[in-house]
Amino acid sequence: MQLLFFNAFNGLLQGVFYALMALGLALILSLSSVINMAHGGFLVIGAYLAFTLTPYLGFWGALIVGPLLGALIGLVVEQTMIRRLYKRPDPLYSLLLTFGLALIIQDLARTIWGAQGLPASVPEVLNQPLSTTYFFITGYRMVIIAITATVAIGLYLLLRFTLVGVRIRAGTRDLESVAALGVNIYKLRALNFAVGCFFAGLAGVLASGILGLTPPMGDSLLMPSFVAVIVGGVGSLGGAVLGGLLIGVAAGITTTYYPAASEAVIYFIMLVVLVIRPRGLMGKESIFE
Amino acid sequence: MTPAAASPLRRYGILAALWLALITLPWWINRVGGYSALGSKILIYGLATMGLNILFGFTGGLSFGQAAYFGVGAYGAGMTLKYLAPSTPLAILIGTLAGGLAAAILGPLVMRRRGIYFAMITIAIGQLFYFIAVRWDNVTGGEDGLAGFERQPLHLGSYTLPLDQTRFYFLVLLCFTVAVILMRGLLRSPLGHTWVAIRENRRRVEFLGVRTDLYVWASFAAAGLITALAGTLNALLFNFTSPQDLHWILSGDFVMMIVLGGMRNFWGPLLGTAIFVVAQDYLSSITTNWMSFIGLIFIVIVLAFPKGLLGMAERGARAA
Repeated sequence: MQLLFFNAFNGLLQGVFYALMALGLALILSLSSVINMAHGGFLVIGAYLAFTLTPYLGFWGALIVGPLLGALIGLVVEQTMIRRLYKRPDPLYSLLLTFGLALIIQDLARTIWGAQGLPASVPEVLNQPLSTTYFFITGYRMVIIAITATVAIGLYLLLRFTLVGVRIRAGTRDLESVAALGVNIYKLRALNFAVGCFFAGLAGVLASGILGLTPPMGDSLLMPSFVAVIVGGVGSLGGAVLGGLLIGVAAGITTTYYPAASEAVIYFIMLVVLVIRPRGLMGKESIFE
Repeated sequence: MTPAAASPLRRYGILAALWLALITLPWWINRVGGYSALGSKILIYGLATMGLNILFGFTGGLSFGQAAYFGVGAYGAGMTLKYLAPSTPLAILIGTLAGGLAAAILGPLVMRRRGIYFAMITIAIGQLFYFIAVRWDNVTGGEDGLAGFERQPLHLGSYTLPLDQTRFYFLVLLCFTVAVILMRGLLRSPLGHTWVAIRENRRRVEFLGVRTDLYVWASFAAAGLITALAGTLNALLFNFTSPQDLHWILSGDFVMMIVLGGMRNFWGPLLGTAIFVVAQDYLSSITTNWMSFIGLIFIVIVLAFPKGLLGMAERGARAA
């Protein structure tokens, strides 16, 4: 029983990372119609920048500044390259462009920081287990869950109650009408893209405290995040979070009984969802269909 | 290319030159700094991308997970040789059918989707096969890949033909030719014309009472079958296959090769593949940062040459 709980909790943590990634992906996907294959790259950028900055800013400072710098790089990428593709209706080009970026980012990370994994340091206080029975629940893991919950709720409030948020939500429904109302949709998409990259970077910093840092770390989190978006439903941010947590926990529970299938089960869940409910758990009908 | 590129005579001339170059390849590739296996690899990847282009360029289905079927073909061929029977033709047949079957079974999950959603689902489905190959390691060899099989000599009646590097190239060329004839026939049939119509305006084709999803499904299965054939040959070329042959990075490379050559043209993918494979081969021999250069090629093509090389040549011909 304890083993099951242990694995389910580990799965939940994985699911939190998937959910953070999927949130960013879903934001960019629904407003800009861009599948960001470089999202794993922005995760790596955020994580490594935070690692480099930790000696100067401390753990908490780097936790915030790393993803912010990642978002800034995302903004530059959006402004110099992705922005040029908005006029082309075919999603192919943004897919290929971000794919190329993903290759470059991974290669540069390997060149700058080395192919060897680096251990990210977490404050000693946070590494203590909170109880002896549930030794795997450390302060750090609770902090991860708390931070993720905070930013997810923050995003919800932003989208629900601020002018920018209303514009972003309106833009996901009908971008042309939003533009016709005098909103600068180029700025809106740029901001939205940067926010998405911030989420990826945050996922990277938090994950590095548990998984360590390697240049391909983004890849292994990117694909499950796609699945999270598909399972949750394209066009639904709540669905992305739900999908991420669901597949994370499912993978964790599978680890208890049949470890070899722990990754495959994620994709099986996706297939089942696609057969039973093609639009995803919380997806709206007719979007992208 | 010159304005005359559109004229039929010129077209046949170029095609004849292409086939001549392919048939004589083992005799000249060494002189231009290549090697026989590189020629086979170009032809194999070219077959994969031309097969994918049935779905991608002609039907308009943005498949970003085609490496899955390439890999299923490769593992199918390898496992046939390793566990079932020492026969090269049987390995090719079983691998190809396995890949085609996988595509036919999974096709219904994507056939109603469009654009981005189509791409996302094909990417994710592809990863399923990747993890099966990595984790089912006592059968597939796991991360290290499937080794321990070797392509077997061909038995033609009483005559036995050992497959050295050059002879294997001709076997690849034979498969390539058969597949090209098949694909040409498909694309020139009413089925092929319906595919193009779906690409151009799916809704309008639906208004005509055509079940477009079934046609997309057929395209998906056909593309999977051809790509799987290429996968089997790739496994036989190296006597080895690894999870990298199933990875989404290879899927992305396939799409890039097609776009580079020109996706609206039957031969475009082969041209793009030849350039891409040679560039990759060369870059990885001179720098450890070759991945960055490949990524840079992606970005430059997307931003500056979205129609691909043959697309640009055709547009130039039309404008003149």
